[in-house]
Amino acid sequence: MSEVTPKDHSHNSYSRRLFLFLGSMELAITLLLTLAIASVIGTVLQQNQPYADYVIKFGPFWFEVFEQLGLYDVYSSIWFIAILALLVISTSVCVIRHFPAMAKEMWQLRTNVQKKSLKAMHHSAQWQSNATMPSVANDLQHEFKKLGFRSRQTVKQDDAVLISAMRGGMNRLGYLFTHIAIVVICVGGLFDSNMPLKFAEWRGEIKIETRDLSIREIPAESRLAVGSQGFRGSVSIPEGKAAEVVFLPVRDGYLLQALPFRIEVKDFRIEHYPNGQPKSFESDLVIHDDQLAEPFESTIAVNHPLIYRGHSIYQSSFSDGGSSLSIDAWPLDSRAGTEPVSIQTKVFENRQMLWGEETMQLEMTSFRPFNINPDPTEEDERNLRDFGPNFTFKLRTETGEAREYENYMFPVERDGREYFLSGVRNSPAESFAYLYLPVDEDGSLQQFLNYSALLRDEELVSDIANSMMKEALAMLPERDEALEASLQQTLETLITMFVRGGFDEVRDFIDNNLPDAERDNLAPAYLGMLREMLARIYFSMDGITPQTVTNDQLLFLQDSVDTIGTLSRYGSPVFLQLTDFEHVQSTGLQIAKAPGKNVVYFGCALLIIGVFLLFYLPQRRLWAWVEEGAEHTEIILAGSTNRNAREFDTFFNEQQTVLATKTGNSNLEPGS
Amino acid sequence: MTTNTEIMTKPAAHTWWWYALLLLATIGILSVYHEVLDVYEVSILMFTAISMGFVGNHWPGFRGHAIAVAMLSLIALQLYGTNLEAAETNGLLKYMLASQSAIMWMSVFFIAATFTYFGGLIFRSDYTEKVGSVFTWIATTFGMTGLMVRWRETHMMGADIGYIPVSNLYEVFILFAVVTALLYLFYERRYQVRSLGGFVLLVISAAVIFQLWYAFERNAHEIQPLVPALQSYWMKIHVPANFIGYGAFAMAAMIGIAYLLVSWRSEKNPDSGLVKAMPPLTMMDDLMYKSIALGFAFFTVATILGALWAAEAWGGYWSWDPKETWALIVWLNYAAWLHMRMTKGWNGKPMAWWAIVGLFVTLFAFLGVNMFLSGLHSYGSL
Ligand code: HEM
Repeated sequence: MSEVTPKDHSHNSYSRRLFLFLGSMELAITLLLTLAIASVIGTVLQQNQPYADYVIKFGPFWFEVFEQLGLYDVYSSIWFIAILALLVISTSVCVIRHFPAMAKEMWQLRTNVQKKSLKAMHHSAQWQSNATMPSVANDLQHEFKKLGFRSRQTVKQDDAVLISAMRGGMNRLGYLFTHIAIVVICVGGLFDSNMPLKFAEWRGEIKIETRDLSIREIPAESRLAVGSQGFRGSVSIPEGKAAEVVFLPVRDGYLLQALPFRIEVKDFRIEHYPNGQPKSFESDLVIHDDQLAEPFESTIAVNHPLIYRGHSIYQSSFSDGGSSLSIDAWPLDSRAGTEPVSIQTKVFENRQMLWGEETMQLEMTSFRPFNINPDPTEEDERNLRDFGPNFTFKLRTETGEAREYENYMFPVERDGREYFLSGVRNSPAESFAYLYLPVDEDGSLQQFLNYSALLRDEELVSDIANSMMKEALAMLPERDEALEASLQQTLETLITMFVRGGFDEVRDFIDNNLPDAERDNLAPAYLGMLREMLARIYFSMDGITPQTVTNDQLLFLQDSVDTIGTLSRYGSPVFLQLTDFEHVQSTGLQIAKAPGKNVVYFGCALLIIGVFLLFYLPQRRLWAWVEEGAEHTEIILAGSTNRNAREFDTFFNEQQTVLATKTGNSNLEPGS
Repeated sequence: MTTNTEIMTKPAAHTWWWYALLLLATIGILSVYHEVLDVYEVSILMFTAISMGFVGNHWPGFRGHAIAVAMLSLIALQLYGTNLEAAETNGLLKYMLASQSAIMWMSVFFIAATFTYFGGLIFRSDYTEKVGSVFTWIATTFGMTGLMVRWRETHMMGADIGYIPVSNLYEVFILFAVVTALLYLFYERRYQVRSLGGFVLLVISAAVIFQLWYAFERNAHEIQPLVPALQSYWMKIHVPANFIGYGAFAMAAMIGIAYLLVSWRSEKNPDSGLVKAMPPLTMMDDLMYKSIALGFAFFTVATILGALWAAEAWGGYWSWDPKETWALIVWLNYAAWLHMRMTKGWNGKPMAWWAIVGLFVTLFAFLGVNMFLSGLHSYGSL
C-alpha cells in the first residue's frame, strides 16, 4: 500500500472530496431550502395555462424569457429536475457514508470503554456493595434487562467486569429509513413523471400537437402506443359513446395515449342538495377488453375510482355531450322576416344563419337542464329558485366578433308578469345584461311579435300618423299643408327611429336636431308624441281598444315598448326560444397509470416509520463497571443518550437510586 | 420534576378504568352507528380510541377533558333530539351547548386565559397562572364540545348533509385553537412551567379573533353541504393530522418569541424580573425542538395522507397543486431546521428566529394559499 503513486492519490482525494461534498450537511440544507424556494415559483405563477394567456399577461418579450426558463411548467423544467436529482444523489451519498457507522451504532454495545472515561461522563454515579462482584454484576444485568436494555458482560481485569447495555438502537434505523425513503420516493416519482416523454420529445420521436383536431386527424407522431410507461390524462366521453384513448396535456398542446381497453359510458348522473349544490357525480362505465370473456360494468364517483389493469379511472369533470335542442327563432327585427323559424341543433354545433344580406355563425356552447339560483325577486339571497333549463350560444359576425347569449327555456315571473329571459354580453369578462321579453296570455311571444311587426308596417304607421296628425291639427282655424306634412313626417320618423335604435336613437335625435333654445320645451313633446303613436299602434291590434283596455294590456304595452326600446343593444335579429331538448351529458374521466405508485407508497411508509423512530425512540446506553475493592465491591454507573437529554437526566437519577438500593448500601456519589 | 416523570414512565395500573371507559364508548358508538359506518370509519374510530387511551393513560387532565366533552356532547344531543330548532328554544342549548354558543364560550375563555396568564407572569402570581390553565382547559373543552355538537348538527340539517366539522376554514380554525391548546397543556404539565402560557395563548387568541370576524362578517359558521371531492373518510384523518402539525409549529414559534425576549432581557440585565419568571433558556430551546419535531412527524403523516387522498380524488398522488406544494415547502423548511439543530448543533437565537419565520411559511400554506392562489383544494376560499 505504500507504493500508491502521487497521481493516484490526488485522483483519489479528488473523488473523495466530491463524495464528501455531495454527502455533506451543508449541501443537504442548501438543497432543501433551494427546493423550497424553487417550489414557490410554480405556485405563484399559474402553471400550464394556455400560452396565449401568458402572452397577454407578460407581453411577447417576457413571455419568451419565461418560456425559455420553463416557468410555465416549472416542476418538469430541467433546472428543477436537476435540483431534485442533486438532492437524491446527496441523500444517497449521505446514507452510504453513514451506513457503516450507523449499523455499528445500532448493534454494538461498546464494550471497550475505560473506567476513566466512565467516570468522566456527564451521567455518572458511584457506590459500593457488600455482595461479591459476580453477584452484583448479575444483579445489575438483571435490572438492566427489566428496564428493557440489551446487555453484555465483559471481563476487564481479573477483578473487574463491564456491563454494557443499550436500548433504542432502532433510532439509528430511523435515520436510515428517513433518508432512504427520500431516495425511494423520488425514484418512484420519476417513473410516474413525464420525464420519459420529455426525453422522447428531445430525441424527436414524438411531437406535441397543438391544433384542435378530431381524434382521427391526429398524426402518428403525436400518438403513444400502449406500453408500460406511466401517464396521466383525461378524456371526455358522451353518454352512449366509448373511447380507447386519453389526452395527455403537455405544455401548450397534448399527446394521444392509447389504452389497452375501451371505456363505454352508459350514464352520467349528478345529484344535488336541496340548495342546488352538487352532491355527487357518478358515471356508469362498461369496460370492453379482449382479455375479458365479456365486458364488465362499474360505477365510479368522485373519491371512488375504478382500478383496472393498473389504470385508475377517476371521475374528474363533466360537460355537455352534445344535447339535442329544438329551437324557435322569433324575429326581432326586419332582417329576420316576420315568422318564427324552427331549428334543430346540438350543443357544440355551429351553423350559418342568413339574415337578409348578413350571415352570422350560430355557435351552441352549452345547455343546462336546471339552474338553481338566488331568486332576484326576494330580499333574502338564500331563497333559491329553479329557473329551469337554459342554453348559451354565440353569434359571430363575418368579422369574427361574437356576442354571447344565455336564454332560459321557461318564462320567469317578475312583479306578477311573465317574461322570457335572455342574457347578452360582449365578452366572458362581463356579466350578462338581461332582456325581458313579455309573454302574452297564451304563454307565447306571438303578441309581442305581432306588435313589433306592426311598428315596422310602414303603411299602418303612416295611416296612424296621419289620423293622429289630423286630430292634433284639427283645432287650427286653417289648414297648413306644410305643417301637416312636416308633423306626419316627424311622427313616422319617430317610430322608425325607435324601431331602429330604441330610446337611445330618439334621444340622440332630439339632442342633435332641435335648436338648443327650444330643446327643453320640445323634448317632452316629442317623447309624448312617440308614446302616443306607440299606444295608437297597439290599439290598432285585434280586440284592443282604448275604451276596453285592461290594466294588464296597458302593462303589456309598457313592457313591449320598454323591450323594443332596448333591442338595439341586444344585437341579435332573433330570439331563440328553446322548445324541446334531449339532454346528453359527457363525463370527464381522468385516467392515470402510475407504475411507480407502489414504490412511492413504500417510500412513504419508510418515511413515517423512520421519522417516528428518530424522534420518539431515543437511543440510551448504560454502563456498569463492577470492580472488586479491598473491602467492598465498587460500582460505577454511567449513561448517555442521543435524544431528550432532559428526560434522560431524570431517568438516570432515578435509576442510579434504584440500582444502588438494590445492589449496594453506601456512599452514593451522584455524577454531575 | 421527579414525581412528574414517574407518572410519565410508570405503567399506571390505576388507569384501567380509562381503558374500560374507552372500550365501552367504542362499543356504544359501534352499536348505535354500525349501520352507517364503513370499514374505514370503524378503523378510524378504533385508532382514535387507542390513541386516546395512550394519551390519557399518562395524562389525567386529558382524561377529564375527554370525559367532560363526552358528557356535554351527550347532553346536547339529548336536548336536541331530532329538532334543530331546539337551539333557539332550549335555554341550555341556546346559551351554552349549541355549537355556536359553545364556540363563543371557547373564544371568551381563550381570550380570558391569555390575559390571565400574562397577568400571572407580570405579577409573579402562581395562583393567577393556575387560573390561566383552568381557563384554557375550559376553553378547550368548550371548543371540542362545540365541534362534536356541530358534527351532530350537520346531520340534522338534512339527510346526506352531515359531515365531520373539519371541512371548511371556519371549522379548522376552531380545530387549530383546540389542538394548539391541548399541545400546550401537555407540555405545561410535563415541564411544570406556566409562564409560557400567555405566549402560546396569544396565537390561539389571534386564531379565535379571526374566527369570530369570519363568522360575523362572512356568516362562515353556517353549515353548507360538502362538495363531492371532500366527501371522504380521508378527511377524518388528513385534516386532524395536519392540524397537530400546524399547532405544534405555532407553539414552537411562540416559544421562539418568548426565547428571544428572555435572551434579550438577560443580556441587558440577567437579574430582571422577566428572566427570573420565565423558564431557563435551555428549557425553552428544548421545548421548541420538541414541538417542531412533533409537528414535523405529524405533518409528514398528514402530507402523505393528503397524497393518498389526492390519488383517490384527483387521480394522482402528487399534482403540484399550490396547497400540496406549500405543504412541501413547509416540510422542507422544518426538515432543514431539524438538520441544523441535530447535526450542526445550532440552537438558541437563530433557531428561534427560524421557528418564527417557519410560522409565517406555515401560515401561508394554511391561509395564504386559499386567499391568493387558485388550485384544486376546494375548501375555504375567503
Ligand atoms: C440531501 C442530503 C441529506 C443529507 C446529507 C442528510 C444528512 C443527515 C445527517 C448526517 C443526519 C444526522 C443523523 C443523526 O446524527 O442522527 C440527518 C438527520 C436527519 N435528516 Fe437528513 N440528510 C439529507 C437529506 C434529508 C432529507 C431530504 C430529509 C427530509 C426531510 C432529511 C431528514 C432528516 C431528519 C428528519 C433527520 C433527523 C434529525 C434528528 O436526528 O432529529 N434529511 N440527515
